Amino acid sequence: MKFLVCISKAPDTTTKIDFVDNNTKFNEAGVQYIVNPYDEWYALVRALELKETLGGTVTTITVGTPEDEAIIRKALAIGADDSVRINADAKDAYYTAFQISDFAKKGGYDIVFVGKETINYNGSQVGGMIAEMMAVPFVSLAVKFDLAGNTATIHKETNGGEEIIELNTPFVISAAKGMAEQRIPNMRGIMAARTKPLQAVEPVACDQLVSFVSYDLPKTKSACKFVSPDNMAELVNLLHTEAKVI
Amino acid sequence: MSVLVYIDTLSGSVSKNANEAVFYGSKLGDVTVVTNGGIAADKLASLGNFGAKKVLAHRGINSNDPAQLTKLISAAVTACGANTIVFSQDLTGKAVAPRVSAALKAGLIAGAVSLPDANGIFKVNVFSGKALGNVKANTAIKVINLTPNSLAPEAGNASAAVEDFSADCGASSYTVKSVQKQEGEVLLPEADVVVSAGRGLKGAENWGMVEALAKTLGAATACSRPVADIGWRPHHEHVGQTGLAIRPNLYIAAGISGAIQHLAGVNGSKVIVVINTDPEAPFFKAADYGVIGDAFDVLPKLNAEIQKLKSSH
Ligand SMILES: Cc1cc2nc3c(=O)[nH]c(=O)nc-3n(C[C@H](O)[C@H](O)[C@H](O)COP(=O)(O)OP(=O)(O)OC[C@H]3O[C@@H](n4cnc5c(N)ncnc54)[C@H](O)[C@@H]3O)c2cc1C
Ligand SMILES: Nc1ncnc2c1ncn2[C@@H]1O[C@H](COP(=O)(O)O)[C@@H](O)[C@H]1O
Repeated sequence: MKFLVCISKAPDTTTKIDFVDNNTKFNEAGVQYIVNPYDEWYALVRALELKETLGGTVTTITVGTPEDEAIIRKALAIGADDSVRINADAKDAYYTAFQISDFAKKGGYDIVFVGKETINYNGSQVGGMIAEMMAVPFVSLAVKFDLAGNTATIHKETNGGEEIIELNTPFVISAAKGMAEQRIPNMRGIMAARTKPLQAVEPVACDQLVSFVSYDLPKTKSACKFVSPDNMAELVNLLHTEAKVI
Repeated sequence: MSVLVYIDTLSGSVSKNANEAVFYGSKLGDVTVVTNGGIAADKLASLGNFGAKKVLAHRGINSNDPAQLTKLISAAVTACGANTIVFSQDLTGKAVAPRVSAALKAGLIAGAVSLPDANGIFKVNVFSGKALGNVKANTAIKVINLTPNSLAPEAGNASAAVEDFSADCGASSYTVKSVQKQEGEVLLPEADVVVSAGRGLKGAENWGMVEALAKTLGAATACSRPVADIGWRPHHEHVGQTGLAIRPNLYIAAGISGAIQHLAGVNGSKVIVVINTDPEAPFFKAADYGVIGDAFDVLPKLNAEIQKLKSSH
């Protein structure tokens, strides 16, 4: 099996979000980048587990600039065999998916893994787009994933419940919480990652379909109104008559 | 302008998210709804209340396979000449809208929380609710994935024309072996009121008071991440940056510290009530109403007072 795992970077979850250049750009000053948690904890780890039991290779792919190599090395330290970086700014989801699907088609991958969403843009966009561009099935929000031969059994979240489905490779799968347990890279992995292949590939031409014009911070809340724990009647009254939510 | 709204009705009923998407679409133009499966026609006709003129129902597709639904939606776009396609960004919307965007090469506005302004710019949620992006599509056809609970639909009094729609959408790309429905409870992503608790509750056995309050309020229950990780509560209740993002009208949080990753999933709530023994808990900074006190004492008292209010109405 040839597994391709899409890895994106995200600002550390404790990052204070603000913007510069007239609110048109995310302020990267002092921001610590991490591997997007869904990509690292669930997609990558499950791909590695399947490789360990069934054989095959795990390649990661990232659409990004040379600065992204730090997070790519982290994925290699966790256990990926090799990595590809499409040398481009990920302009929008369509552009990103186009680059990945182009590479995946040429490489004959059996399964393409994505995370449920990036925690900076929260779009859940790239996976479905890759699947359409490759003309293969898309399994969204998988929480459990087993493979026997080329037949996969997958538990996926749906509106109001869960479904167990079966399908054959090739397909694109998006990984949600539950699919695997986070792995912490060990010293050996970190050392090995330094010499694992990390190939940079130039992008193919593609249009950008959407653009971010600017950003806003949410309105700040007015100060919290405190109510005594012995006066729940007052709290209920406030929720009923002032906030009008009950 | 012709607007196509896709809604997931496989549950056999029209969800709140579906009504929102239809209402949103009606603010942009003439709405045709497309759906699939066996839902009763009179339920679909009721979408007229939220502005749908016509509903196209494909009776032959009984799954939510994104590949099949993309073919269905593309056929419906052609049939009604739509230049805008609206989804609710529920779990089906997340799976299908990107595929439709790629199939039609139509810009996708993911996670819209507003109608477009005069320049066609939409507000979308970014950075897990810590900021809003202003985004526009550079294409003639647009796909909009609407964040649930972004607007309050007003119900009118009209009926939509329901028509069977057939289009060759191929076979499903997978076989469904079994379906597990979450029965009975109020579904968290759709709930107007959510009662949530964290590690401050000390053990799974103490959730009775959380559930009792939720029951009185007709609310869904939620929890912080460690609570789901330890196994006190099921994973689907975990809210936050790496869990579900919710936007109820009222979010009541007991025994949750209010870490930034937790806030990321709940700060879109209209009103937040925080119950915590620690006056320094960071959650109070994000709260509208705060109670410095012991959840074991406060939750039952709050429940009793709400019961009083409910019985007086
Ligand atoms: C990458 C990453 C992603 C994360 N994603 C999420 C996420 O999606 N969602 C999430 O929730 N967390 C997430 N976390 C974890 C987050 O940082 C916090 O650790 C977590 O939210 C804390 O949960 P808690 O508030 O239940 O527990 P604690 O932090 O232990 O807080 C318990 C609170 O209960 C109060 N308390 C104690 N006893 C009582 C009592 N009797 N009555 C009332 N109050 C009491 C305490 O004062 C305290 O404030 C993430 C962390 C990381 C690193
Ligand atoms: N620039 C990128 N490079 C590689 N993979 C990406 C990139 N952006 C997003 N992805 C993948 O697509 C998933 C969904 O991202 P999004 O559509 O932005 O929510 C992520 O979890 C990644 O697996």
